[in-house]
Amino acid sequence: MAAENAKQRARGRRWGSTVAGVLVLAVMLFPLYWMLNTALQPESGLLEVDPVPHGLDLSGFSKALDDQGGHLLTSLLVSLGAVVICLAIAAPAAYGLARFRLRGARTIVFGTLITQMVPGIVIANALYTSYVDLGLVNSYFGLMLADASLGIPFSIVLMRSFMQSIPGEVIEAAEMDGAGRLRTFLRVVLPMSRNSLITSGLFAFLFSWSDFMFALTLNTTDDVKPVTLGIYQYIGAHVGDWGSVMAAAVLSAIPAAILLVLAQKYIAAGITGGSVK
Amino acid sequence: MTTSTVTARTAVSTTGVPAPARLRRRRRLARWGFVAPAVLFMLLFFGYPLVRNVVMSFQHYTPKTFFTGEAPLNGFDNWSAVLQDALFGKALWHTLVFTAGSLLGQFCAGLALAVFFTRRFPLNGVLRSLILLPWLVPMVVSGIVWRRILDQDTGVLNSFMDALGLDGHTPWLTSPHMALLSVILVNIWIGIPFNMVILYGGLQEVPREMYEAAALDGASAWRTFRSITLPTLRPVITVVLVLGFMSTVKILDLILALTDGGPADATQTLGTLTYQNSFVRLDFGAGAVVGNVLILISAVFAVFYLRANRTEGK
Repeated sequence: MAAENAKQRARGRRWGSTVAGVLVLAVMLFPLYWMLNTALQPESGLLEVDPVPHGLDLSGFSKALDDQGGHLLTSLLVSLGAVVICLAIAAPAAYGLARFRLRGARTIVFGTLITQMVPGIVIANALYTSYVDLGLVNSYFGLMLADASLGIPFSIVLMRSFMQSIPGEVIEAAEMDGAGRLRTFLRVVLPMSRNSLITSGLFAFLFSWSDFMFALTLNTTDDVKPVTLGIYQYIGAHVGDWGSVMAAAVLSAIPAAILLVLAQKYIAAGITGGSVK
Repeated sequence: MTTSTVTARTAVSTTGVPAPARLRRRRRLARWGFVAPAVLFMLLFFGYPLVRNVVMSFQHYTPKTFFTGEAPLNGFDNWSAVLQDALFGKALWHTLVFTAGSLLGQFCAGLALAVFFTRRFPLNGVLRSLILLPWLVPMVVSGIVWRRILDQDTGVLNSFMDALGLDGHTPWLTSPHMALLSVILVNIWIGIPFNMVILYGGLQEVPREMYEAAALDGASAWRTFRSITLPTLRPVITVVLVLGFMSTVKILDLILALTDGGPADATQTLGTLTYQNSFVRLDFGAGAVVGNVLILISAVFAVFYLRANRTEGK
């Protein structure tokens, strides 16, 4: 009886923690709820917003899609491009640094860590003048390259530590069978590193999707405008139309939410792995 | 016998010299082929801007420069102009307050949450991953959402405070005395998940037996936390704080979205000042000066980071 009671009390305490956890989460996610709530009340304009939306008014969303849909596509295109550039450059480098004894390898790894400390605005400052000379201002490729720089050092560090853990025998066996270095890398190492490739790609995508600074500084016209820049300029022009601004904000936050639900394992691995290791 | 093998070996190696050497060189080149693109990219996108900023800080840039391409050297003119401007001192101070305040708040809240989530309870994992969302949403978007929430007349925070009977007319973002604090609070909100996840990971590494031993000795929860948890967590704490510093000191998007550096420059930091100088006033020389100061501050902390990283690797 006593044991039964103690067990029940322990179970009660556990559910108590769950309730506390839900409350914490509610406070933390309140701003995001408010974003959605405001987006569903487009007619309230500059007035106070009701705590719960009354019915599904999607006019804010349809206006936001009209105004920002193109910028969402731009964001998608630029981010995917940045992911491709990032992985194509970082994966071989991570392999080279993990496997070959290269003179200067330590300096390169050191340099990779240093790059994470260079403020983006400093890079943009110098890059802008060069981009003007090279004709890369207002170009998709120019923005993809700049955005790739956000993910490359992170990806090298993450994949390198992963590739170091691949047993050397596996790679030697492949080379013994007559596969060249490149073949071994493409056919053996990359498939084995799948998880770290996904994590790196995911973060390269998120970094690029969230980028505002390069979008702001490396574009002088409206030709290449990602959604982060689109929303920023939106509040300048439509300050009375918070419903549509928030609907655009919701749309721009959707990729993060989807990725979090689908790939939470990789996201957690990326946050801890990319920084602590 | 010995002599013959020796000569045989030498013979082989002398005749074979060109081939293995060429092969070795080719192999070395092939190895470098893997790393070279990344090195080139990082030199172009990080190394070059660093050097270029130093040079730019001694050049005179005007809007005309982008048509003529001429930016004459002007010695220390940019430096003395920027450093003598009262706004620079303000921005430096704001940067320090913003960074220190954000780090302190994020870290304490993150640590508290990390400790909380080490309890075992239903839905722990789900709640823990959902809390990441504020960190994953683009910062400029978070800034805009908060700008709506903090609106003096129609924002939900003030109407909530009104309902509680508190002063519901706080000018969160429009008063020079409040704005910096508000920006810090929003940035704390953004940074909590990152701190929590890393510290939670660190807490998982603390050996269970140490807690059991402490419990046997009858140590209080606070004592256990101070004498076991904190010391074991120290390397992780260093990394979290330094990484937090690096990302906070250069924040631009959040401040631009919330206040645009105002009101009355009350939220102007070295990051926003670099942006204003270069891309609003189009004086890239002055922007480079502020940028260089920002780099200098970062460099000091880079040393801490590398040290922390080295001890971590051992």
